Amino acid sequence: MWRFIGVRLLQAIPVILVVITVTFFLVRIAPGGPFDSEKAVPREVKAALEAQYKLNLPLFQQYAAYLDDLAHGDLGPSFKYPGRSVNELIAAGFPVTAELGLYALLVALGIGGLAGVCASLKPNTAQDYIPMSLAMIGICMPSFLLGPLLVLLFGIYLDWLPVSGWGDIPGDKILPSITLGAGYAAYIARLGRAGMLEVLSQDYIRTARAKGLPRWQVVFKHSLRGGLIPVVAFLGPAFAGLLAGSFVVETIFQIPGLGRFYVQAAFNRDYTMILGTTVFLSVLIVLFNLLSDILAAWMNPRLRAQFGGH
Amino acid sequence: MNARAIDDIARAEQGTSLWKDAWLRLRKNHLAVFGLVILALFVIIALLTPWIAPYSYQAQDLELGASGPSAAHWLGTDIFGRDLMTQIMYGGRISLAVGFVATAVALLIGVTWGAIAGYVGGRTDAVMMRLVDILYALPFMIFIVLLTVVFGRNMLLLFLAIGAVEWLTMARIMRGQVQSLRQQEFVEAAISLGLSPATLIRRHLVPNALGPIIVYTTLTIPNVMLLEAFLSFLGLGIQPPQTSWGLLISYGAETMEEYPWLLIFPGVALTLTLFSLNFLGDGLRDALDVRGAKD
Amino acid sequence: MIEAHTFRFLLTLATVILLAACSGGESNVASGNREGILYFGNGSEPQGLDPHVVTGVPEHFIIGALFEGLATKNPYTLEPEPGVAQSWDISEHGRVITFHINPRARWSNGESMTAADYVWSWQRLLSPALGSEYAYMLYPVKNARDFNKGAITDFAEVGVTALDDLTLQVTLDERTPYFIQLMDHYSTFAVHRPTIEKFGQMTDRYTPWTRVENMVSNGAFRLRDWQLYRRIEVEKSDTYWDRDNVKLNGIVFYPTENVVSEERMFRVGQLHYTGSVPLGKIPVYQEMADSPYRQAPYLGTYYYLLNTTRAPTDNLKVRQALSMAVDRDSLNKNVLKGTNLVAYSITPPDTLGYYPPKLFSHDVAGARRLLAEAGYPDGRGWPGLELTYNTSEDHRKIAVALQQMWKDALNIEVTLTNQEWKVYLDSITQMDFQIARRGWIGDYVDPNNFLDLFLSGGGNNNTGFADPRYDDLILRKAPQASTREARYAVFHEAETLLMEQMPIIPVFTYTSKHLIHPSVNGMPPNLMDWANFKYVWLDQDWRASEAGD
Repeated sequence: MWRFIGVRLLQAIPVILVVITVTFFLVRIAPGGPFDSEKAVPREVKAALEAQYKLNLPLFQQYAAYLDDLAHGDLGPSFKYPGRSVNELIAAGFPVTAELGLYALLVALGIGGLAGVCASLKPNTAQDYIPMSLAMIGICMPSFLLGPLLVLLFGIYLDWLPVSGWGDIPGDKILPSITLGAGYAAYIARLGRAGMLEVLSQDYIRTARAKGLPRWQVVFKHSLRGGLIPVVAFLGPAFAGLLAGSFVVETIFQIPGLGRFYVQAAFNRDYTMILGTTVFLSVLIVLFNLLSDILAAWMNPRLRAQFGGH
Repeated sequence: MNARAIDDIARAEQGTSLWKDAWLRLRKNHLAVFGLVILALFVIIALLTPWIAPYSYQAQDLELGASGPSAAHWLGTDIFGRDLMTQIMYGGRISLAVGFVATAVALLIGVTWGAIAGYVGGRTDAVMMRLVDILYALPFMIFIVLLTVVFGRNMLLLFLAIGAVEWLTMARIMRGQVQSLRQQEFVEAAISLGLSPATLIRRHLVPNALGPIIVYTTLTIPNVMLLEAFLSFLGLGIQPPQTSWGLLISYGAETMEEYPWLLIFPGVALTLTLFSLNFLGDGLRDALDVRGAKD
Repeated sequence: MIEAHTFRFLLTLATVILLAACSGGESNVASGNREGILYFGNGSEPQGLDPHVVTGVPEHFIIGALFEGLATKNPYTLEPEPGVAQSWDISEHGRVITFHINPRARWSNGESMTAADYVWSWQRLLSPALGSEYAYMLYPVKNARDFNKGAITDFAEVGVTALDDLTLQVTLDERTPYFIQLMDHYSTFAVHRPTIEKFGQMTDRYTPWTRVENMVSNGAFRLRDWQLYRRIEVEKSDTYWDRDNVKLNGIVFYPTENVVSEERMFRVGQLHYTGSVPLGKIPVYQEMADSPYRQAPYLGTYYYLLNTTRAPTDNLKVRQALSMAVDRDSLNKNVLKGTNLVAYSITPPDTLGYYPPKLFSHDVAGARRLLAEAGYPDGRGWPGLELTYNTSEDHRKIAVALQQMWKDALNIEVTLTNQEWKVYLDSITQMDFQIARRGWIGDYVDPNNFLDLFLSGGGNNNTGFADPRYDDLILRKAPQASTREARYAVFHEAETLLMEQMPIIPVFTYTSKHLIHPSVNGMPPNLMDWANFKYVWLDQDWRASEAGD
């Protein structure tokens, strides 16, 4: 087990290096530079700006300098926000997005997991159709639609909850968490139901049932683990996606999170900020994918035996 | 060797009978048939749209502007006074094409990739899956912007771009499934009987992993339709006056309070498609479920 | 089961918070009116607060609250008013301006302001190494351009001198009637030298001197709190020379990027003022009694660039046909809900008394005739045309309407291409387009600010239009004109010359659009869409008088 984790962490190093390298050159070939603006910038001014941020050096030299800084934990200054370092921006945005992502995940797992498991227990009955139909509506509702609808209903017509902000007014975290979580809840419900049905039809479950074990015991002790494997495989990328994909929700609710910084940086061609957030995100993705693989292995009795052997 | 493995091997020798059986079972599932009928209807409408659309999709009537449903315009008109029903019909052509083709691309790459990685395992698996990690981490937006600039605007690129992101999760799910199936007795039995890996993957691993894959696919299609709207925003994808359901919904969302019909009707079209897909997907899953069939 | 627990926990949590939220909760507007705090929707997060480094409109309001220029403007008349300088003298030929600094003018740390502050600050702005994008604001000053371009390196040669602590003398290349107006632009503001030097060199762009704990400014307000992407708070400064006339106790600026969310914040009383209003909502607000919606002419023009170096828009008749076929009135009335003013030229009407020429009008028959003369009778043989715009709902609406107008009137196909912002900027600069959407917002109220766009080879020309007669009128004849009338006559002649060549399709003059809570006073509409926060006050009794609310 520990060996497995160690190997995967070692593998992460080339992964992140490749991500950095590709992104570094990708952003520089993309049309439009960080200092282009609506009013034309005179050539001399642009040259001075590029000199301030060392963009006048040969590409390879810039790349080496970047790696060097990165090795020292320095992600460089933001081009768009003079006076702010990328480290500082990430430190400001990440806790907000992580908190939002966590709540959203709780919403998703709570609602989605419950719906999926319930539905799988009595397939093709009302207990199946009703939660599943709701889940499907959840998928259909992209967050740019669900967010405003919730705001209109709870924020404006009912006037129960704040329409925007994060941690400013009590209750302002509820609507964004639900909005972000809903789409994932639907996925989890569907994947969970399918996975559970798969497991419930397996021989060993049928044996357990035939032995007359109580139904809940069959479900919780024997099926849940195996049935939720696809959900877990989905969770790793989903959580990382939650962080990157929170952009829409953060924009609707004016939340100062990393998702917004990430997308804004791409729009602004804020090279260091794009690179910084990408590096940060790739570390998260590697970690979460690893975590979800470990979880999946733990849930799968056969694979677990394999790990035990090492 | 258990009964199922023998059954599977026997089936493998007969080839098509798995699909034939599945079709027979699918026909008995009313919801799945309903889904299939609706989808077929949508596809037919999409194909015939240029001949049956009530209005031109370009012609504007600025004086009329946005108007609610009426006898002349059953689903109302948009802010340019264009017939919404016509817009939805033309939008369906694009959305259905994008949804199915891009998802097919993602499915093909993702399932193959995941199956090989999961089956072969070891170093190959590690390299293949770390590549997936890399692709997850790259800034997608910059990639799209570059694509549009280098290749200009075309539909093929749109399919590729969407396929390129959507296959990643597919590959992860497939790999997980294959990995767990790989350890099962019937697979080991098949290997010991000397089946080639390709046949094994195609005949046994893929069909047995189909459940979650089908479900994920049916979820991906509507997602892809909405992703198309975002790509259009970045300059990839389609251009006005062409339209799609994703675009109609995102325009409609902006004025949901003033002109709700502009959001509701395209939303209904997308929702209906999604429901049909899911009914059909569940039906397919059940119909293809080897074990379920033995009950 | 974990899921069930979580779910129940969340439900309980949600209910509790819901109840808490319902019972409490005074709106920002209500508490702000009581405490004298203005809640201001400011469009987006400012790039920064260094007046010599930033370039945008959101920065304009915040820096305008924190700093003050030599002269400021009256928000009602836009006429210059004393700021840091209590008065100024202009020499007979208009080339030497002497500013007399108010002896009571103070930095927020209590230090007196001096003429030397300005000499140092302007040197900073003009230093090539700083790379200020607004350095050109001071180009009317003698030798400023050369210093900024690096042709001369001794700042003493630039026409700005401190005669004594309180007297600043500025020498211009030639008469520049709008120069005093520029003193109200943040790029010409003074910054506090010891603070900047404490954190780095004069020309460093990215030092932390603008942080809350470090910032020293000289305006009616000072920085109190700055939470990235959340809000910026300023409070009334007790060192400001005219503090007795400052009525607000503070302002909270919100980075309201999303206009739809901003409107919702306004609706629930979180904002006194919105930076803009979503188009779809405007008719609803217009119909309200006591509407908070306010629309006023704005110093900006929305137009399309025509690439005069590429077929088919290299043909004057094609350009004229395209422009004449646009039904601006219908566009404005039906698509834009009457929210703008139709335009037939580049300079907005009544730019400090100047009116642009109108050389053409909507004329389908005339447009068809011109297109036929250009070789495309009834659109036959039309090679196709691509219209480029940057992604935005409003740009899309206008482009879609125009596309169909051209189709209906001229029977020609025009394809639309939207581009992401930076890609679009790249296309414009490289002139890699046929028709492209463009907008220009004036920095100061003078026709020159619009007409000098089209000088040969100008950085913002982007059309390929080049005419030596035009350059001569703008660069030589206009500055030499001794009276305002004579000067405007030269501009009129130049603009006529421009519109005869039709390198652009003017579409409309912008209007500023805001939602302003009725308790807000002292923010009159003006052409610059500019607020002098010194004048603003909140009606504390407003809520009481609306007992029904």
